[in-house]
Amino acid sequence: MNRPIRRVAFVAMIMFALLFANGTYMILFRQASLDAQPQNRRVRDAEFAQDRGSILAAGNTEIATTKVVKDRFEFLRTYPEGELYAPITGFYSYDHARTGLESSYNTELAGTDDSLFVRRLIDLISNRTPRGANVETTILPAAQKAAARTLGNNKGAVVALDPQTGAVLALVTSPSYDPNDIASHDLEKADKAYRKLAADPDRPLSNRAVREIYPPGSTFKLVTAAAALTDGKTADSKVASPNRLKLPNTNTYLGNSTNCGGKTTTIAHALEVSCNTAFANLGIELGQDKLRAQAQKFGFDRRHLSDLSGVASQFPDSMDAAQTALSAIGQFDVAASPLQMAMVTAAIANDGELMDPYLVSQVQAPDLTAIQTHRPQRLSQAMTAADARELKQMMVGVVENGTGGNGGISGVEVGGKTGTAQSDPNRKPFAWFTSFAPADNPQVAVAVVVEDADIPRQDIAGGRVAAPIARAVMQAVLEQ
Amino acid sequence: MSDVAPPVTVIPRKRRGVELLLILFAVAIALTAYVIIDLNVIGEISSTLPYLAAFGILLPLLAHFAIRWRLPYADPVMLPCVVLLNGLGLAMIHRIDLINDPPVFGARQQLVWTTLGVILFMLVAVVIRDHRPLQRFTYTLFLGGLVLLLLPLVPFLGVEKFGARIWISVAGYSFQPAEVAKILLSVAFASYLVEKRDVLALAGYRFLGIDLPRARDLGPILLMWLASLAVLVFQKDLGTSLLFFGLFVMMLYVATERAGWPILGTLLFAAGAYLGYLQFGHVRIRVGAWLDPFSDYDSFYQVITAQFGMAWGGILGTGLGEGRPGLTPLARSDFIAAAIGEELGITGLMAVVMIYGLIVARGLRVALQCRDPFGKLLAAGLSFAFALQVFTIIGGVTRLLPLTGLTTPFMSQGGSSLIANWVVVALLLLISHHARKPIATVVPVDVDSETTQLVKGLAR
Repeated sequence: MNRPIRRVAFVAMIMFALLFANGTYMILFRQASLDAQPQNRRVRDAEFAQDRGSILAAGNTEIATTKVVKDRFEFLRTYPEGELYAPITGFYSYDHARTGLESSYNTELAGTDDSLFVRRLIDLISNRTPRGANVETTILPAAQKAAARTLGNNKGAVVALDPQTGAVLALVTSPSYDPNDIASHDLEKADKAYRKLAADPDRPLSNRAVREIYPPGSTFKLVTAAAALTDGKTADSKVASPNRLKLPNTNTYLGNSTNCGGKTTTIAHALEVSCNTAFANLGIELGQDKLRAQAQKFGFDRRHLSDLSGVASQFPDSMDAAQTALSAIGQFDVAASPLQMAMVTAAIANDGELMDPYLVSQVQAPDLTAIQTHRPQRLSQAMTAADARELKQMMVGVVENGTGGNGGISGVEVGGKTGTAQSDPNRKPFAWFTSFAPADNPQVAVAVVVEDADIPRQDIAGGRVAAPIARAVMQAVLEQ
Repeated sequence: MSDVAPPVTVIPRKRRGVELLLILFAVAIALTAYVIIDLNVIGEISSTLPYLAAFGILLPLLAHFAIRWRLPYADPVMLPCVVLLNGLGLAMIHRIDLINDPPVFGARQQLVWTTLGVILFMLVAVVIRDHRPLQRFTYTLFLGGLVLLLLPLVPFLGVEKFGARIWISVAGYSFQPAEVAKILLSVAFASYLVEKRDVLALAGYRFLGIDLPRARDLGPILLMWLASLAVLVFQKDLGTSLLFFGLFVMMLYVATERAGWPILGTLLFAAGAYLGYLQFGHVRIRVGAWLDPFSDYDSFYQVITAQFGMAWGGILGTGLGEGRPGLTPLARSDFIAAAIGEELGITGLMAVVMIYGLIVARGLRVALQCRDPFGKLLAAGLSFAFALQVFTIIGGVTRLLPLTGLTTPFMSQGGSSLIANWVVVALLLLISHHARKPIATVVPVDVDSETTQLVKGLAR
């Protein structure tokens, strides 16, 4: 009977070998994903009871920090100006995970990131309580405050970029919320606060600046103009600008909301007065492929600012001529986030060079030494430098002679473009304004959208509501 | 002068002293674990520790002396392994007791069961002394084992817990009769198969490459298969069913040396398990929790949180008393392996599995050494059943297999399993003693003294 017993012993050996192999596999390959599961209470409690690093605005202003408290978690996450910076910091909660930078930089803030491994080891040996890293953002408090103050109680968003680097200088969405309520250690209260915000029809938890896309309206004419310049036209090229344009193969007429100044006009003048028929004609002439190629060079159809899970702006596929005409003036299914429109303006201001927008400039160890530093990166050359300069001057014209007068700052050459867009005939329109300043050495590019603006459906009206907000933000940046 | 060397007689060394040292080492590990837990959880050593330590040393020493007295040639490694597992299990149950506020006294209860287990162990060693007479009770034991196995199905006596009906409840005490049935049926199978092995192997006819026995010899086999199916169908427990059927098929294979049996047995079990999966929501939940635990957080909560615990423990563990094993339901019984994985790390858990492996290896070695077929078969059967049980429960907890309702031998809380496994070890040591002890009384020949005598003779 010894032979079968030996075989049974072999089977038993395999069973034990499987147990060992499985245990090893679990720790090597499953541990990380198990620890990252949001329902994992062990990890959640341990993280919640951690001296989490701070999130800083430019100039070391703490916008999220950790306070020592006397309860079971010991450390309380606090947001000194919660509502102002909520779209950037996001919240840090026990029951509802994390959003914003609290989520995308969680391992660095918690001090569990691989880049902090050596420091963790030193803390362990020297028996120091480990601290998380600090995350420094590019946000300028003055610009952020100016944007929030001027946007006021309107629903909408403001994004300001440094055209030369892509740094996000201000990022405001309204209405906002106070992340302190959700970070509370009174878990029941925190849960209630979250549920109330999540159920709010005004959607205060939604980041309108980077995670919502709106019809860009006439601000999209900048993209159409750029495509026309790229196609060989100039600011002075003539284009037909009838009072109304019959859309190809339809019985629909497209009208103008402003006086385009005659049967034909120049592209520069059409932009100044935001002439719909002229740009629709340009769109038909260029065709959807050239428009789409230009839009994509400005960053459409791609996600940006992944730190805040930014969504991609859209330029529709396979359109007929009528739809192309409408798309050329930012209607039909074209949709852009405020961030995207700020990128368009920034690229035009920066001689056609589109910089990758970024929010975090540096991750610092608790002793303030830099662990990661962001270097500005070029996304694409959206148009030639010469074309960009020409378009820049056209935008200056919009502010100086056209619809964008409310965006001007005395003594500074500002370029801009207004927009008014409609998503739904039953809803009030969106007011847009996007601009840059100063023209010779651009320091800031802004995009503003105001939802449900109480204005007539005219282009000039978009400028009236949104342009002063952009102006205030630009001034705040220029005064730095 | 003769060139022919005298016949060599190998007399195994008894190594009882080594056993004693290993036992003291095992007790030291368990007591240290206990002290660490007290220090980490309540911050002080409990006042009862000296009594506990004294009792913790006394109990295994009694077992050791029983062996020394009656079974001096028994394997010296098995008992220390068992003492270590039992002691570590007690410490772990004590640790989980302390999570409750106010603390509960599961460890104290478990210590009572341990004492009973050791008493039974000594009784087997001292009273039975020889395994061979057990062969006389083949059919009585078989019947007794089957009755025990199916006892939880009796109305008012059987209790359904966590979807499986494998407990009986008498006067407030719940009991898993399958643990005892495991022993009775192992003995019954062994003696039955030894008696019938030639008939089973040789008589009969060949079908599809498998030698099938005559119908009248097939009776008990079919009966066993039906009993296993009944366990699966009516008690809804895949683990118990697998344990008994696996035990039976394996012993059949060892007895007949026909590879067809394990193949046929595996197919039959696979068919039964698949039917069980289709038929019972309880089995489906466990299979689902195994394949994709995160698809349904609430249903698979237990398996998920055990996984979280072991991931949290990582390679070296959080340290005794520093983890949160209490988050896993049933941490002290079914999921004690997960608690060990959390606090001692995967390293600690693997060390525990290694100790189980040592016991199995020693048991199978006894089977190889043993000279009588009954002892061989019984030792192989008990060891394999032990291995299968460890594989199924620890595999279930670590998500190698779907979870089943088997106990973790010597560790998980519960009297029936603990006592039964002490008896299993006693039986293995019994067989081991008989396997290793010299057949006839041999007077050890002292070569040196012989030479001296020879020189003396010459001088004379």
